[in-house]
Amino acid sequence: MDSNEATTSESVSKKKGKTKKVKRKVKSDEAPVQEMEQAEGEETEKKSESGPCFPPTFSVSEIKNKQRRHSMFLKLKEEKRKQKLELKKKKKKERKALGDKAPPKEVPKTIENQRIYDETTVNPEDEEVAFDEGTDEFSAYFNRLTNPKVLITTSDRPRGRTVRFCEQLATVIPHAHVYYRRGLALKRVIPQCVSRGFTYLMVINEDRKVPNGLVLCHLPDGPTAHFKVSNVRLRKEMKRRGKDPTEHVPEVILNNFTTRLGHSIGRMFAALFPHDPQFVGRQVATFHNQRDFIFFRFHRYIFKNEKKVGIQELGPRFTLKLRSLQKGTFDSKFGEYEWVHKLCLYCIIFSATHLLIRIL
Amino acid sequence: MQHDDVIWDLIGNKSFCSYKVKTKTQQFCRNEYNITGLCNRSSCPLANSQYATVREEKGLCYLYMKVIERAAFPARMWEKVKLDRNYAKALEQIDENLIYWPRFIRHKCKQRLTKITQYLIRIRKLTLKRQRKLVPLSRKVERREKRREEKALIAAQLENAIEKELLDRLKQGTYGDIYNFPIHAFDKAMEKQEEETESEEEEEEDEEESGTREFVAEEEFEESDLSDFEDMNNLKGSSDEEEDAEEQSSEEEETEEELEEEKTKAKSKGKTPLKGPVRKKRAYVEIEYEQETEPAQKSKAT
Repeated sequence: MDSNEATTSESVSKKKGKTKKVKRKVKSDEAPVQEMEQAEGEETEKKSESGPCFPPTFSVSEIKNKQRRHSMFLKLKEEKRKQKLELKKKKKKERKALGDKAPPKEVPKTIENQRIYDETTVNPEDEEVAFDEGTDEFSAYFNRLTNPKVLITTSDRPRGRTVRFCEQLATVIPHAHVYYRRGLALKRVIPQCVSRGFTYLMVINEDRKVPNGLVLCHLPDGPTAHFKVSNVRLRKEMKRRGKDPTEHVPEVILNNFTTRLGHSIGRMFAALFPHDPQFVGRQVATFHNQRDFIFFRFHRYIFKNEKKVGIQELGPRFTLKLRSLQKGTFDSKFGEYEWVHKLCLYCIIFSATHLLIRIL
Repeated sequence: MQHDDVIWDLIGNKSFCSYKVKTKTQQFCRNEYNITGLCNRSSCPLANSQYATVREEKGLCYLYMKVIERAAFPARMWEKVKLDRNYAKALEQIDENLIYWPRFIRHKCKQRLTKITQYLIRIRKLTLKRQRKLVPLSRKVERREKRREEKALIAAQLENAIEKELLDRLKQGTYGDIYNFPIHAFDKAMEKQEEETESEEEEEEDEEESGTREFVAEEEFEESDLSDFEDMNNLKGSSDEEEDAEEQSSEEEETEEELEEEKTKAKSKGKTPLKGPVRKKRAYVEIEYEQETEPAQKSKAT
């Protein structure tokens, strides 16, 4: 170690780039090593079995020469990988040696595991939530006073893909009607829909010949949800799909709508479908919420025995991501927003103030 | 001095004009005072000392006139006259101001005024309609969202979740009596015990038919490695019982599938939902063979 001290004063930051072949001392790895044994290494050229060693204070990014820096970095990576592998092997040996007494395997960390508990999660017995749900806009549906009737339309001048998507949606959702937009303003469409007894208005927005947005408006003054649509797969693009869906009313599965916001969105989806599913049809529509992405799937199922069920995908599939939830019917400028995704907040503020300035 | 012809000779044909834009078939003039927009002897504002145009600013039309007397004063060269908002009155104003001017310029001014009023009307109409707002997408955000969506899809394990939910609903009894599966595990166990006693007799018959008992037992043993661990857990002890169980389950499947077949026939309406997944049909066919060589087929099926 004395010889090291002699050389450090020279070596610190200037002699770089020369390949360092340094004796590896397992203990010295653990203890903080301050010196660099460059000159020594070159003279003696003692390559140990385990390769070069990198004292902690030295960082690869300090080398100016790109090629040497790159090679150093690769060596560093290699070393780290080897260490990791050794650690794994050791652990595995220990496990084997202990046999039954080994501690149980650790559960890997996933985003779902590590999530902080959300205070807005709905507790099924919560009275406040129950009261709210008894008196909100969907109470009419859930008390069986109204039957859903859906109007599906698009933005101006829809292209083929969007039109086909609308048609397929209309087959999936019972009592759904597709209407061509013809450049009408939504503010005028909505009162007409209400007068004809529609409960839902669904507008599919299109961009560059592909559907990319969905506005779901519950009609008699209901909340309006604006979603971003992605990964639309039409029926003929599905692999191993079955025949077309029939007219039977499908069942609905809503997964992971746990928070207050999720609950209200979940109810929105539930109210799209009629109350009593026809089990004879064996069709099921699923809205699965995972990490704020809502995946929609439409399957036909069959029970092979009490433990096994086979499902076959029919119908279109798409994913939704909620962008904003408005209290009343669709009004982009003056609406009262219950929830807005932070990235869309700016757009909304901008459009609102822009209008105000014009009026003034 | 104003020698229009000389000027035109230079900028029009021989030399360079910075306002000229040449295309394959035509020449355009980019000068803002040009009345027609083409590069011609009669339309060039530089090569005509007596010239007039109509231009529009913020929704109002103005008549610009240039005369040779003011050619020496570039700052005052263009005379600007505000035209009336009313189209007919504006036309009269043009006539009034350009009286005794060449026919060409008068005509072109009026034409230009017409065009301008038409597009102003269109602008006003369009602003009343719904306007498409272009919202810029942040590329970084889009990429990030796409990646997150993929990961969420993998984490979601949709098929498993759906199957689990459907089986839960079956257990809870939301389907009522449509499916005649025994719901509780207790019932399952009871059934299996009952069927063991029944199938013992059948087993004897089978053994007599196939011959060697050892052959059957060995196959069973192999299968216990491969077959469903659910079966293993439910059943206890010897391979005999496993044998029985598998026979029973095959029988159960047979009966179930017969039932389902009947159901599908009963269900057939105008638009038959039909048979369901293709796998089911295959399984049914296998069962026909199972009576002869049950164990072998079982391993393939599982």
